[in-house]
Amino acid sequence: MLESIKELYRYRQLLIVMVVRELKAKYRGTVLGFFWSFMNPILLVTVYSIVFGLIFQPKYAEMEKQIYYSVFFFTGILPWTWFASSVLESANVLIAHGSLIKKINFPVEILPMMVVITNMVHFALGVPVLILAFLILGKSLSLWVLFLPIAMLVQFVFTMGLAFFISALTVHFRDIKDLLVNLITLWFFVTPIIYPFTFGPIQKSHFLKLFLSLNPMTHIVESYQYLFFYGSLPHYKKLAVTLLVGLILFWLGYKLFDKLRDTFVEEV
Amino acid sequence: MVSISVKNLRKFYKKYSNKHKFLTLKSAFLSRTLFADLKSEEIFEALNGVSFDVKKGKTLSIIGENGSGKSTLLKILAGISKPSEGEVVTQGRISALIELGAGFHPEISGRENIFINGSILGLSKKRIEEKLDSIIRFAELEDFIDNPVKTYSSGMYMRLGFSIAINVDPDILLIDEVLAVGDASFVPKCIDKINEFKRKGKTIIFVSHDLATVERISDEVIWIKEGKIFKKGYPKRITDAYLEYIGKKDEEKASEDHQFKESEGSLDKEKRWGSRDIEITNVKMRNKKGIEKYVFDFDEPLNIEFDVCAKKKEKDFVFGLAILNSEGVNCYGSNTLIDNLKADEISENGKVTISIPALNLVNGTYFLNLAVHKRDGFPFDYHHFMYNFKVTSKHRDIGIARVLHQWNFPENIKFEKRK
Repeated sequence: MLESIKELYRYRQLLIVMVVRELKAKYRGTVLGFFWSFMNPILLVTVYSIVFGLIFQPKYAEMEKQIYYSVFFFTGILPWTWFASSVLESANVLIAHGSLIKKINFPVEILPMMVVITNMVHFALGVPVLILAFLILGKSLSLWVLFLPIAMLVQFVFTMGLAFFISALTVHFRDIKDLLVNLITLWFFVTPIIYPFTFGPIQKSHFLKLFLSLNPMTHIVESYQYLFFYGSLPHYKKLAVTLLVGLILFWLGYKLFDKLRDTFVEEV
Repeated sequence: MVSISVKNLRKFYKKYSNKHKFLTLKSAFLSRTLFADLKSEEIFEALNGVSFDVKKGKTLSIIGENGSGKSTLLKILAGISKPSEGEVVTQGRISALIELGAGFHPEISGRENIFINGSILGLSKKRIEEKLDSIIRFAELEDFIDNPVKTYSSGMYMRLGFSIAINVDPDILLIDEVLAVGDASFVPKCIDKINEFKRKGKTIIFVSHDLATVERISDEVIWIKEGKIFKKGYPKRITDAYLEYIGKKDEEKASEDHQFKESEGSLDKEKRWGSRDIEITNVKMRNKKGIEKYVFDFDEPLNIEFDVCAKKKEKDFVFGLAILNSEGVNCYGSNTLIDNLKADEISENGKVTISIPALNLVNGTYFLNLAVHKRDGFPFDYHHFMYNFKVTSKHRDIGIARVLHQWNFPENIKFEKRK
């Protein structure tokens, strides 16, 4: 494992170049260009603010003003988008870059990492928009926001582990790609993004509460909500356990990836 | 010093049974056979015990038919795929030109792609910056380098890819059939660059079907057949043996085609017409030893034989022949009248032979037309596109005929000495 990390460090330039390539290519040919990285979250929050602020108008105790709901939702959807896009794209990344695997002595682990990091950059570019949304809606932010990198680290480790798993397995089981689209939708609804964890029906049902607590994304998304929306210290114990789970997943994911590595050349 | 050492290399490819394809992840997990299913039942041997050494600074070429295992071997040497058995020991940095322009993103400019592709090939950013101008110049893309790669022609794409790859400055260079797509002016430039590598004492492994280049640049040639080293040795000796083998194979194939064509031709009125008062039958092509053949070297003597049967006496007759290439272009035509043979009389049967000391045609498939007719063109018997043969030549000249020529230069114009 230590060897692998050393190896990864050696490939850092390649990783950076590949991430920049993805970022550059994404908005190439559009009029707004790189500005889309900010525009996308702005449009996203606008759409959901209309849907939940004007049409559904969900009432939760912790939202003093109805309009705060949109920033609550924004706080959750931003890291979720990073997670979901990474997982979905990692299912396709080895197959899409088949020529690199087949024709070049290429360090394949770069590819799922590229996916997760590229989406992390999109997330990071969304953070200023999130802060701006808080300021515009007059919801105050606390200095706890500065602990953002810790939440990001936990999310990165967990997402990366899952990305290793999925990218390696999809090469052999292409079904995963289709399965995943629906699974991610389900996962979205069992993560407290459109509702807070304190939402009545969840607290009343032991089953639902346990189920949500077993979902690592619950604690990751919640930690962002604590830092931004509630302006307080996250449940650091829950977050620490999540980090541990993430590290185990990362280790297992990388092991599986490494085990299947030699089969990629022939199967991609 | 040995630069590459390959010992008893074997590579099995797994052929997954169809059953596997219908398995889903779920059922694999349920039956706990995930890893078992990743193993397969049927095995295809791409390489079957290959051993060789290449000394530092030497150029080894690998030839062989498609599917013989050449590319598999190269991929293993490059570290892309792993051998099933055996080992490869290499000294120094390897660069493989198996696919040019890997990782190019079509939406991004050529200049930015140089950094991407260069990094993929293991160049540091600093080195790419240093080399940027020479990469662009060598690729002849000064005017297009800031345009997205998707606007490039395939030739431009390949030029840029090659130009980056050669700047990796490896100790061992592996080259697969990549030069095949280059245009006529760029390929010699690539060959020059390869020769420069040779002069610098780098080890080169070259996989190609282009035997003339193989002969020119290699110190040793390996001929791979069905995953094994079939022959190995001095370039000219191996390429000649290979050419002969390919010729024989072509011969067998052409012979089959020929028999088929003949039987078909007699039924086909389009291909044969005339009053048949004088008839041409039993057309054969033979080499100087009298063996029937369908594949000839460009400088090999050829005899065309046929039987003639005149049903009644005729005083007005002309025999003609024409050779057409596969595009239908008439390469050569003549008849007894043109050749100043005045007809006197023909009767009964006889055998006619046309001797051709050398065809002097370029590589390709040709058709033979034969005819006997009156001076005014009235047809007795026309055989049109009924016979075909192949000309093989290791020269790569173009056009129709090989015009014999020799280059003479004054002393101040020098060429590299050929090996």
